[in-house]
This record gives sequence, C-alpha cells and structure tokens, in this order.
Amino acid sequence: MVPEPTIGIQVAYLVASILFIVGLKFLSSPRHARNGNLIAAAGMILAVGATLAVPGVRVSPLLVTCVAVGGIAGVWAARSVSITAMPQMVAMLNGLGGGAAALVSCAGIWRATHAGVSVTLFQTLRVTVRHDAPHGASLVELLGVLIGSVSFSGSAIAWGKLQGVISEKAIAGAWTRFVNAAIVIAILVSGAMTLEGGGPGRLAVYLVGSLAFGVFMVIPIGGADMPVVISLLNSFTGLAAASTGFALDNRALIISGTLVGASGTLLTRLMCKAMNRSLANVLFAGFGAAHAAGAAGAKAAAKPVREIGPEDAAVLLSNIRSLIIVPGYGMAVAQAQHAVRELADMLAHKGVDVRYAIHPVAGRMPGHMNVLLAEANVPYTQLFDLDQINPEFGHTDVALVIGANDVVNPAARTDTASPIYGMPILDADKAQHCIIIKRSMNPGFAGIDNPLYYEPRTMMLFGDAKGAVTKVLEALKML
Amino acid sequence: MSFTLLTQIYVFVLAVFVGFEVISKVPVVLHTPLMSGTNAIHGIVVIGGILVLGTAHGSLETVLGVLAVVFGAINLAGGFVVTDRMLEMFRSKPRPGGK
Repeated sequence: MVPEPTIGIQVAYLVASILFIVGLKFLSSPRHARNGNLIAAAGMILAVGATLAVPGVRVSPLLVTCVAVGGIAGVWAARSVSITAMPQMVAMLNGLGGGAAALVSCAGIWRATHAGVSVTLFQTLRVTVRHDAPHGASLVELLGVLIGSVSFSGSAIAWGKLQGVISEKAIAGAWTRFVNAAIVIAILVSGAMTLEGGGPGRLAVYLVGSLAFGVFMVIPIGGADMPVVISLLNSFTGLAAASTGFALDNRALIISGTLVGASGTLLTRLMCKAMNRSLANVLFAGFGAAHAAGAAGAKAAAKPVREIGPEDAAVLLSNIRSLIIVPGYGMAVAQAQHAVRELADMLAHKGVDVRYAIHPVAGRMPGHMNVLLAEANVPYTQLFDLDQINPEFGHTDVALVIGANDVVNPAARTDTASPIYGMPILDADKAQHCIIIKRSMNPGFAGIDNPLYYEPRTMMLFGDAKGAVTKVLEALKML
Repeated sequence: MSFTLLTQIYVFVLAVFVGFEVISKVPVVLHTPLMSGTNAIHGIVVIGGILVLGTAHGSLETVLGVLAVVFGAINLAGGFVVTDRMLEMFRSKPRPGGK
C-alpha cells in the first residue's frame, strides 16, 4: 500500500520547473545571469526536497549520505578548479550527469524485468500502470541508457583530450568504421532483446555497447572541434535526463532535461555555423587527420617570414593608436591572459585604443576566451564578437594574434581547396600590421598552412604566449 | 498509446519550444556560463537516483542508486557553484588603468 505522490509534491515540481525556465531566461542576459543561476539553484533545492517527500521513498542514512557526499564533492571540485581547467570541469560534470541518467534507466529496466523478485519502481510509486510482470524494458528506458552512457563515456574521452591524457589529435582510420558498425549492431540486437524481456546479460551487453559507442564517437574528433563536442554532449545529458523523466513519469525531470537538450542543441548549431561545417562533418570527417600529412606541411618551410623581436614589437605597439587583440587556444595553454591584460592596460595608458576580437570557436569550449579574459579582469565591454569587430580591422593599426591560427586564416575566404574554406574568420589580415605570437612555424592543430604568416605586413613574434607577451611588457617598461 | 505518455509528450514538445525560445539570443560572452548553467540543471537527474535508491530492494539496485545519487549530486552542486564562480568574474568592473 503506497500512496501516490501528493498534490503538494506535484505543485513543488511545477514551481521548480518555472524557476528553471526563468533562471535560464536570466542566464542569457549579462546583467541578470548570476541571479538566473541562483534562481535555477533554488528550483533545484525545491525539486530535490519534494522528491525526498515522495511517499514510499525511504530517506535512509545511506541516501542522505550519498546526497551529502556528492554535494560536498561537487562544491569542493567547483571551488578548487582553476579557471583555465574549466573545459575539463564542464566535461566531467556533464559526464557524471549522463552516467547518473544511465544508471537510473538501468535500475528501471532491471526492476521491470525482475518484477517477480522485487516490486517494480513504477508499482512502488504508483505512477505508471503496468499490468504484466515480469516484462521487457520500455523504449524510453533503453534510450536513457544509450544517451546517458554515450554522454558519460564521450565526456570522459573529451575530458582526457582536454586534460592532455589522451592525444588531442583526431584518431581515425579505416578500422574505425568496422568497429562502429559492430558496436551499432551489438546495441541494436541487445536493445531489441532487452525490450522483449530477459536476463541481465542482454542489459549488460547493451550498456557496454552504449559506452563503447560514446568512446568511438569522440575519439576521432580533434581538439579544435571540442566546442561542438562539449555542447553536443551537454544536450545529450539533458535528453538522457528527460528520458528518465518519461520512465519515472516525473514532469520536472522531463521539462528540465528537455530545456537543457534544447539549449545544448542550439549551442551546437551555433558552433557548427561558426565553422561553416555540418554536425555530421564534425563528427565523422576525422577533420585534421586527413590533411595534416598533406601538402601544407611541406610548403611552410619554403616561404620566408618576417620576424620581429620583443623590443621592436614594444616600440611599434607604443606608437600606434588602435590595437585589436585576437586570442586563441595558445593563450589558454600558456595561461597568458593576465600578462595580456597587463599589456593591454599599459598600452591603454599610453592612449592606445585596445579591443579584443573573440571568435566563437576560439579555444576548447563555447565562450572559452571570454571566461579566461574575465578571469584576468578584462571588462566584457572590451570584448567584441566576429560581426562587431570585423569591419573595424580595416582602420586598425595593429592586430595582435596570440595563439590563434585557423580563426584568422584568410585561406578560409579565398582558397576553395582549403579544408576550412567558408569558415567565417576574423579579418586580422586587413589591419595595417599584424603581429603573430606563435611558438614556431609548425602548422596549427588542423595542419593547415596559414598564408597570413607570409604577408609582407605580418610580423612573427616567436615564443609561447605568456613568455612573448611578458617580454614585450618588459621592453615597454624600458621605453 | 496511454494517456500518461501523451501528456508526457505534450510536456516534452512544449519544453523544446520554450528551450529554444528562451535561449535563442544569448550573447557570445555568456556561452560558457549558459552551458555550465544548463549543465547544472541536468543535475536534476539526481532525483531519479533518489527515487531508485529510496525504493531499492537488493544489493544491485542499491549500488545503482548510490552511484546515480552521488554522480547526480556532484553534477548538480558542482555545476551551480562553477557557474556562479564564472558569473562573478563577469560583473562589469571599473576599467583598470583607465581614467
């Protein structure tokens, strides 16, 4: 005899859902974003509290301990992580959410197929009418396991790539097609069998197959495409949460999971658009792997480039009126954002108009550069996106490119043979002069040669982003 | 198709539209906080974990429930705190070194 979730609990879920929507709305406006996050958090506390009050749920010491341990671990990790490690952190949290969704769905399937030995979750909560027991899994539960597992293992691989544990390069070959085909067949067969009912073996195969699918989905994707992958996995976890909502008939779960799924999809589309590539191309093309060995590498050595030392760069920069800084992943790797801001401040003090140009896919996650520069106290009013800043390059004295490559590659505009042809770029080449801080002449991640480096108005300042910027700073102080 | 499922699909479809509508004009500056904020919101899956663990029979269900609750709680708490940390940095500050 278990009573149904009371009206009070349903109302609490409704209020929580409203708080999520309002919070999300606020999150998309710079002035209210922080409040938006707090509103959503309040909704979450309400939803969790209501769930603990659902009749039939035993609030055991174990349950309380698990919530407390997870909560404290989450807060601790979030407090201690450095801002530069933010992409990894986002990937990790996302993977855990996906994993949780997969586990919940697994438990649901396990109960449904073992109704003889234990009361099904649905009967316990009296929320869904199920007549025949034991029976097979439901489709939404299978989807929950699949999407949640893909998100879990995919995020783990993304984390590994961002952390540098796994090669950032696109790992792909002809064999991956066969492996993928085998995985898909295993998932379909074991999924169909689990749907029909049956033992834990089928479910285990299905779970392992789903996990493997996530691994092989992300492994072939290179580091520069990470913004797409991270937002896609984010949307997957949302949908996995929504599917557990279907299985548990919990509307708060359906609504919030779907909201996340929708926003993640939107962000994924934005990222793809910023690279002028389709999602399928990002996922399956093995971008970078095919071209790295190609013609680009050989050409690079032959052409002459103009080099500039830190002292000369300092003299040049102190005599200009306008500067646009184009940061890229190199700035993140070298953790040069504080040095960059110091340089910008000093030049601003000398009367130079300093602005930053942010490409939507610069870095490893959506908005990566904005977060780093915000950490270094750069006011967001100095940051401009592609459409705002591109007309400005023409009447700017110097474009200072720090650790960015593909996003300023003019080949995207002109060279139809280039793999990045059609990608919207920052028009750094249209500035009077272009100073490029780069470690060496090695082509960037995608192995695509950049004609900008050989322009007569371009000067190369070799060194890692932090070292080079610091040297220019020192030279500026000497002037 | 049961009435319950139909209601669920209603809720799902409407949430898709609301989701797209609410976030359609997010500025580039907020891409990361938005992603990290939505990341925290899908931590709500922890309530699925609570429902499993709170009604668990047998060791397998308990193990699944424990893992789901811990994972979900880390996702939820970590997500909100990390987003708050990020957004704190985004507050507009007086321009350093300016007049």
